[in-house]
Amino acid sequence: MVKPNELREGDVLLALEDVHMYFGRVGALAGVSLEVRKGEIHSIIGPNGAGKTVMMNCINGLYRPQKGNIYFKGQSILKLKPYERAKLGIARTFQKIEVFRGMTVLDNIRLGRHIHLKSGIISGSFYIGKAAREEVEHRAFIEEEIIDLLEIEHIRHRPVGMLPYGLQKRVELGRALALEPELLILDEPLAGLNLEEVEDMARFILDINEEERWKVTCILVEHDMGVVMDISDRVFVLNFGNKIIDGTPEAVQSHPEVIKAYLGVEDLYATRR
Amino acid sequence: MEITKDLTIPKLFYERARRYGKKVAMREKEFGIWRPITWHDYLENVKYLALGLISLGLKEGDKVAMIGDNRPEGLWAEMATLCARGVGVWLFQDCLMEEVKYIVDHSDTKFLFGEGQEEVDKAISIFDECPKLEKVIWDDPKGMRNYHQDYLISFKEVQRLGRELEKKEPGLFEAMINKGHGDEVALLFYTSGTTGLPKGALLSHYNMLTMGKNLMAVDPCFETDDFVSYLPFAWIGEQMMAISCGLHVGFTINFPEEPETAQENIREIGPHVMFAPPRLYEQMTRTVQVKYLDASWIKRKVYALATKIGYHVADLEFQKKPVPWYWRCLQWLAYISMQKKLKDHLGLSNIRNAYTGGAAMGPDHFRFFHALGVNLKQIYGQTEISGISVVHRSGDIKFDTVGIPIPETEVKITEDGEIISKSPSVFLGYYKNPEATAQTLRDGWLYSGDKGFIDEDGHLVVFDRSKDVMTLTDGRLFSPQYLETRLKFSPYLKDAWVIGDKRDYVTAVTCIDYSVVGKWADEKKLTYTSYPELSQKPEVYDLVERQIRQANKDLPEVARVRKFVNLYKEFDPDDDELTRTRKLRRAFVEKRYHEIVDALYSDADVVHVDTTITYEDGRKIHIKTDLHIRKVSGH
Repeated sequence: MVKPNELREGDVLLALEDVHMYFGRVGALAGVSLEVRKGEIHSIIGPNGAGKTVMMNCINGLYRPQKGNIYFKGQSILKLKPYERAKLGIARTFQKIEVFRGMTVLDNIRLGRHIHLKSGIISGSFYIGKAAREEVEHRAFIEEEIIDLLEIEHIRHRPVGMLPYGLQKRVELGRALALEPELLILDEPLAGLNLEEVEDMARFILDINEEERWKVTCILVEHDMGVVMDISDRVFVLNFGNKIIDGTPEAVQSHPEVIKAYLGVEDLYATRR
Repeated sequence: MEITKDLTIPKLFYERARRYGKKVAMREKEFGIWRPITWHDYLENVKYLALGLISLGLKEGDKVAMIGDNRPEGLWAEMATLCARGVGVWLFQDCLMEEVKYIVDHSDTKFLFGEGQEEVDKAISIFDECPKLEKVIWDDPKGMRNYHQDYLISFKEVQRLGRELEKKEPGLFEAMINKGHGDEVALLFYTSGTTGLPKGALLSHYNMLTMGKNLMAVDPCFETDDFVSYLPFAWIGEQMMAISCGLHVGFTINFPEEPETAQENIREIGPHVMFAPPRLYEQMTRTVQVKYLDASWIKRKVYALATKIGYHVADLEFQKKPVPWYWRCLQWLAYISMQKKLKDHLGLSNIRNAYTGGAAMGPDHFRFFHALGVNLKQIYGQTEISGISVVHRSGDIKFDTVGIPIPETEVKITEDGEIISKSPSVFLGYYKNPEATAQTLRDGWLYSGDKGFIDEDGHLVVFDRSKDVMTLTDGRLFSPQYLETRLKFSPYLKDAWVIGDKRDYVTAVTCIDYSVVGKWADEKKLTYTSYPELSQKPEVYDLVERQIRQANKDLPEVARVRKFVNLYKEFDPDDDELTRTRKLRRAFVEKRYHEIVDALYSDADVVHVDTTITYEDGRKIHIKTDLHIRKVSGH
């Protein structure tokens, strides 16, 4: 198995190779290929029903494509179950918030760390002494770093269900981060947020991606074109299961087919205002 | 301890740090844990920072500005500036760009300490317009990775420069400290005047130290005490506690994790002493009143009974009458059943002395805290007298006075009723403003511009700012502030502005408390989408009218509020309606809302408003709305 951090910036972290996905006779993905390089923010855009979420579900293992292959750090992960992929370092957030509403913010984030628990029930019960304490402290520290990063100190002990939507979105991001992932899939993290919350969230995504402490590669599925074009290194345009273009934001914005298909130059930024 | 003219803040700091060594000087909550910082660490950090500033070119008397939340680095920066013989200038954290620019430029600031990205952004946008500004120093690396301007430098880097200088010139730091003299300027305070541009008051080391000594002579604090520093350092009151008294006594200063968590952190620490402007106590009162409305009937009964006992005992004490033993027993019951718990929730369990100052506090709030068993005292003073000249003494508290002068302080009333005072803490003058200095400082007396008198017990009674005092129809003088504080005792009202000078009757412009009234509206099943809409609901007007009638109760007929209007927004310092310490800028609001005032004194029952609002990030929006005018029934 490839050890983490062996890859350098710019190496291919995740690769989709000719991925086909059908639901009955409805084709959702018709031979999609994508390369996500380490250290970048790679956005996936496209109209509703283009197959963006299906693509994400294929990557983190909720769906199994009928044809094609998916490689993470050079290794095929097609046969792995979602939790096994999570262990490899793939985390995601969902379009609709999937948090434990009755639990506190801290507990939700803590839950994200359970895969880093290595001991079983028996050994865990007897896991005492200095080493254990150190590990507990270390783990607690990461949780607090996340709380600090996302600026949610004041709601640390509040049940998530009581919080406004924008803060719940942050908590979900926090839980995904607690995995200390190498690849983070963000499925519409900005949907339903107000202007200020959008700006905050965009800042957090940039922090997670660029800050020396985290350096997480991100796949961003998003409709807010203003933010997508501002913060992405590359943009992948999907339409009815087919790739239109995969390139820099500038290239995508000037691509005739993208403009013709559904965007329109002025409209690129229109969604943000 | 003797304060000589030779002593400076750095000298005292150095002596204290050497004496206490491993004792905890401050704590900061970070990553969910309270992290202690010893006096030794404090000294080390200040030392290298001071030397770093010197190696960056700080000369004697150069100004160093600071902006940011309360945190150890902020205090270190101030102390290092003083050690390097510079002058510290604090800015309010929420200052808008123009205010930052004005102060940085007017004060000739050479170095600016900003906390992190937000402050650095402010600094960058004013940098070109402030030619005297040379370096901007930041300490929180979050979000700073893409900033490469060569005038930006990190806190750590400055300290590294300091270490290098130390190697080259060992003993320089100590020598710098020894050179200082008490009469030198230590701090430059921009007073948030209720009129006009801010003026820079120059305070010397001697001013600051004598102030601390004289307050501590009245109410001693102890080394083992805790203090929570969460109010802006740009406010003299926070300097009073954290610097002057802090150095005198050596208590531990605690910094909250984030401004939002301050209340929670205060509860965790349980400070022994606190000093806050009235609005914080008003907020606490409101919290209690709102929670009361939410509580189950049995809790409400216990609360009502316990407060009744509390009020009775407090009133006896106010009148200096003996409290009979059976009332003492009842008070103990009230304590264990309610007060103990409530004080714990408010973080007031360990409080020995709580002070309020900076603005008027209503007698209702005052009684409320004393009924809870909190020893709340009024402080009176101006930035120009280092913050304090008069304070209540324990056991001699009258809620309509501000107390008696602290040691070494004289307070007199001039013939036309103005309060003037003299003490070793009276400031040196206004920076670059000799006219204002000459006007305020005459023969060593500080002219406050406040009207007041000294009562039969020698207590000072502050009536109001001279220019704010109202003349009612019957020729009687009246203080609008007094009426406003009465109105604000209602949990539903956040702010009030009372008008009535030389008018036929008294009126008020009120700002509802959005969260409290919003909750009330939810329970009444009233729908609303925004503050402006909620404020104009007839039901909300009924509610406010009831609050006003309550406040009108014990007032003379002519002083009662006859008409009022609910404003479509809260008063905000960003709109220049309040000062940064949240005092109402009367002249300004009168000009800004002259249409409303005119309507209040005409037969109109609706006033049309057309105005712009500034958001905190500088965005402006245009508002057009109709405000209803309501007559208070019974008139």
